Amino acid sequence: MITKRIIPCLDVRNGRVVKGKNFLGLNDVDSPIKLAAEYSACGADELVFYDITASFEERKLFAEILRETASNVFIPLTVGGGINTVEDFTRVLESGADKVSVNSGAIRNPSLIYECAKNFGSQCVVLSADIKRVDGQFRVFAKGGREDTGIEAISWLKNGVESGAGELVVNSIDTDGVRNGFDIELLQLVCDVVKVPVIASGGAGTVQHFIDLFKQVPEVDAGLAASVFHFGDIKISDLKRELKENGINVRIGNKND
Amino acid sequence: MVGIIDYGVGNLFSLVSSFKYLGISAEKVSDEKSIAKCDRLILPGVGAFGDAANALKTSGLDMVVKRVANEGTPLLGICLGMQLLFEKGLEFGEHEGLGLIPGNVVSIKPLAKGNKIPQIGWNSLEFTANKGDIYKYTPNGEFVYFVHSFHADCPAEYITAQTEYGSLLTASVQRGNVMGAQYHPEKSGESGLLILKSFCEI
Repeated sequence: MITKRIIPCLDVRNGRVVKGKNFLGLNDVDSPIKLAAEYSACGADELVFYDITASFEERKLFAEILRETASNVFIPLTVGGGINTVEDFTRVLESGADKVSVNSGAIRNPSLIYECAKNFGSQCVVLSADIKRVDGQFRVFAKGGREDTGIEAISWLKNGVESGAGELVVNSIDTDGVRNGFDIELLQLVCDVVKVPVIASGGAGTVQHFIDLFKQVPEVDAGLAASVFHFGDIKISDLKRELKENGINVRIGNKND
Repeated sequence: MVGIIDYGVGNLFSLVSSFKYLGISAEKVSDEKSIAKCDRLILPGVGAFGDAANALKTSGLDMVVKRVANEGTPLLGICLGMQLLFEKGLEFGEHEGLGLIPGNVVSIKPLAKGNKIPQIGWNSLEFTANKGDIYKYTPNGEFVYFVHSFHADCPAEYITAQTEYGSLLTASVQRGNVMGAQYHPEKSGESGLLILKSFCEI
């Protein structure tokens, strides 16, 4: 039976992994290459790297880090951040990414999803959206969660899938960084309308939050988190063991203990 | 040397890296002369069956792959590369494959609820009575990483492992020296690397 995936997310800036709270106040954590290898060894099912750099120089450094990671870590690697064109897709795929995550780039140019799915296949196009409640509606936010686009989130994701996105990352701004659990209401709404894998993001604070996520929204395929893993609050090997004890099907290999 | 057949379809970065990590000499190969020099071959591939079959045919490598496979060189098709080993692919119409293994490539049966298509994620291998040569180091029930909407519908004698996804899907096949894995060994962590290692020891 297919297993639920646990995905650590690494925000990379200037060659280091950083993690902030509610998209603000960034903290330096560790070397992304080292963290990626550690996560893979203790049972992470996949990794997400977000390139939160701006300059050309830093982008070159990011590509080097990506290549180094993909040469030593053999689990799926998704890359996001600064993906605006088909050329950006090519650039990160050639550096070792398996999937590419688009966010603001798809808001600026909605045909980006279709073009990339046509060129590289839906299996490597991930649509990621930062979503927040505004006036009783779920809205898509751009620019790292700072700008309300006014776009209604559920139909945005549904359209994204119809254009060719093969997977969705649903990041709730309301629950992100505050560690009070995933946004069950939002995730259920999304799972009700799409047939592609859904990755839940934003709000993980404890092991129980992951158990609640997979029990309350069984259609969710994966749970993504950053700080709880980076700061060692939750060990992935412990998390997976506890999920299994709670009847949730996860991959526990010989090397994960 | 392991030759990774490069016919312009898909990303070969991880495959090349996997062999390097294992300390096994491997190279991308894209012409008849270099393919003939390899003592084993990987046929990779992602995307749609028709496009990949065309790319292989246009490059003329379809005949080369068939010839070296028939001469006994161990060949491992991965993901779409495995699907190309069969006679026909029924994805967006009907397309001719290499015909090295009898059978067709058909879509995963959708169920009312539960199994999303494509299958993306880690699923377990259930070995059949014909244990494949690529599983020297692999225990039954091992998890590997799948990304696919289609799978092989072929005689049971060629199926070496299945995976449960609403129904039982073909996870790997073998007919003599021709083998295929529907999943990505190069993305299946330590378990996947051991599968590639096993292939290199045939």
